[in-house]
Amino acid sequence: MASMADTAKNEDGAALGRPKADFLPALLVPALALVALPLVFDLPAWITLTVAGLAMGLMIFIMASGLTLVFGLMDVLNFGHGAFISLGAFVGTVILLPLSGWTTADSFWLNMAAVVPAILVAMAVSGAVGYAFERVIITPVYGQHLKQILITMGGLIVAEQLIHVIWGPDQIPLTRPTTFRGAFIFGDVAIEKFRLIAVAIGLLVFVAMYMVLNRTRVGLLIRAGVENGEMVEALGYRIRRLFVGVFVAGSALAGLGGVMWALYQETVTAAMGMQVMVLIFIVIIIGGLGSVGGCFIGAMLVGLVANYTGFLAPKLALGSNILLMVLILLWRPQGLYPVARR
Amino acid sequence: MLRSLLSDDLPGNRILAIVLLLILIGLAFAPFLFPGTRSLNVAAKVCVFIVLVASYDLLLGYTGIVSFAHTMFFGIGGYGIAILLAKSGADWTSVGLGTAVALVISVVLAFAIGLFSLRVKAIFFAMITLAVATAFAILASQLSWLTGGEDGLNFRVPEILRPSFSPFEDRVLGVNINGRIITYYLIFCVGAAMFLAMLRIVNSPFGKVLQAIRENDFRAEALGYRTVVYRTVASCLGAAFATMAGVLYALWLRYNGPDTTLSFNIMMDILLMVVIGGMGTLYGAVVGATLFIIAQNYLQDLMGAASQSLQGLPLLPDLLHPDRWLLWLGVLFVLSVYSFPVGIVGKLRQLGGAARR
Repeated sequence: MASMADTAKNEDGAALGRPKADFLPALLVPALALVALPLVFDLPAWITLTVAGLAMGLMIFIMASGLTLVFGLMDVLNFGHGAFISLGAFVGTVILLPLSGWTTADSFWLNMAAVVPAILVAMAVSGAVGYAFERVIITPVYGQHLKQILITMGGLIVAEQLIHVIWGPDQIPLTRPTTFRGAFIFGDVAIEKFRLIAVAIGLLVFVAMYMVLNRTRVGLLIRAGVENGEMVEALGYRIRRLFVGVFVAGSALAGLGGVMWALYQETVTAAMGMQVMVLIFIVIIIGGLGSVGGCFIGAMLVGLVANYTGFLAPKLALGSNILLMVLILLWRPQGLYPVARR
Repeated sequence: MLRSLLSDDLPGNRILAIVLLLILIGLAFAPFLFPGTRSLNVAAKVCVFIVLVASYDLLLGYTGIVSFAHTMFFGIGGYGIAILLAKSGADWTSVGLGTAVALVISVVLAFAIGLFSLRVKAIFFAMITLAVATAFAILASQLSWLTGGEDGLNFRVPEILRPSFSPFEDRVLGVNINGRIITYYLIFCVGAAMFLAMLRIVNSPFGKVLQAIRENDFRAEALGYRTVVYRTVASCLGAAFATMAGVLYALWLRYNGPDTTLSFNIMMDILLMVVIGGMGTLYGAVVGATLFIIAQNYLQDLMGAASQSLQGLPLLPDLLHPDRWLLWLGVLFVLSVYSFPVGIVGKLRQLGGAARR
């Protein structure tokens, strides 16, 4: 996103001698899709895979964006982020399961009437818990990386166990609402409906985030804080407050991602957050720690690669993401869009 | 004699010394003091995990690197001999060859990961190791022709380690000596030797440099030590010891699978043991591993009883449910990172230091 901001303010940028907008990483996504086309060798399958990959990428982006911003702003890496994903999913089931009358109805709007409150409540709860988490777990260990990693890991263990205490040890099956199941068929191309919904929600989040970051005062402060936190503080803004806000928003987004991921997998387990975390870490490393735009592109790449290799060589699916990460880090050791300060 | 055996790194506190001595006696005479399959299992697991946790402490406590790939090396050791013993027959050649191959693979992998990512921040390394370890675990469960997939590998151990083998006609001190007990003593002796070796390493000039890097890597670099090299060597050493621990564990279980050595839960357990026991001192690994594994095996019984007696109250029985033992250790972990990052052993040593002054 840094690059898009650059283009938006090109006039001032040139005057300040800013570096030119960097489009190369963004071109990777279509390039990857084009490379995969001859490999898959089947246009309808390729379209299906591409849409599936983009949908998966957007879901990962929803979960990863908060984490990368938190890191960029305060140099805090929250290994407990996965707990909010699981929490969101479990809170989602609390709303969705009693409303099974609506979710099994064959009406898109009734389905949405069940899913939207589930998402909102899940976001509210994970946001609130995120606030408490920040206060209790993270505040005491600012600026100490080792302790941060350990303490957020500990927080993750405790949170997972508490989820077990509240919701019991078993995984909860969660069926997708009726109208979200199945696929649209255009000729030979089959596109799962849920993937389209995921794409829609993911793009909505991305656009909203882009607008907030680039068109509002708060967004300006956040971007400035990522670039140079000390300077923002010196100008009299309380970056701690900003940070708490970003942390809460990131946790809420993790909750949203958790509901989406739960509907995608159709089961909810306490360990699901930690399982996705691996993908999320890969994404934010690829993107350049702290960069939302890089995170977005990284998520797309990971989603596409996972789906293409899942089709071409299923056994390599997760290894392929590691390989992707290694290749990108060989090209740009700091990630696609390195954040200036580091 | 004792001083040189412990590389001049004495416990430094009377209570700690007594605790360590008790653990040593308990482990050395476990088959005679606590007869029974379950307690022997616990004792063997303690031996293995002391080595594993101490090797992790080499990284986390002494060098200040957070790696999440330690179970990967543990698993490589386990799979090394499991594959060899299962495919090419149960003899000592397979054990030796399997161990050697596993060690080479582990060290090469650790070297590659180290060179690739140890130049950068701790957080970066943590994430990369997490990703690599997960990929490895998935790989191990996918390559079922080699590793047995999710089911893992059952294998036969060399003759003298089998339960049916018994060298003596009569009981010794009221215990029937069989292959299991011989296996236990093999694990105990190799484990003790490796522990002493690690103690030697951390108290050598090399170990001092590692601690300097932990305290202030910039300054260590400025003093002329190539920190990347030291960090990479430390991570290779840690990997090698973890591999050996994996070999011992697989020998004891006569089985290796993703859940016993590779799973992320084990990584969490190791982290808990190191931190609760005390980072930056190998005795912490001893205390942490012993405490944790005893809790894992016996705390559940206690909690079950407590949960029963609190039946009818809201929430409390659920919080004390036997399966929730990890919750309490997690809380203990968080508290210990905050209030005593030096762990139990460090705390005891501080007390000892204060008393002497």
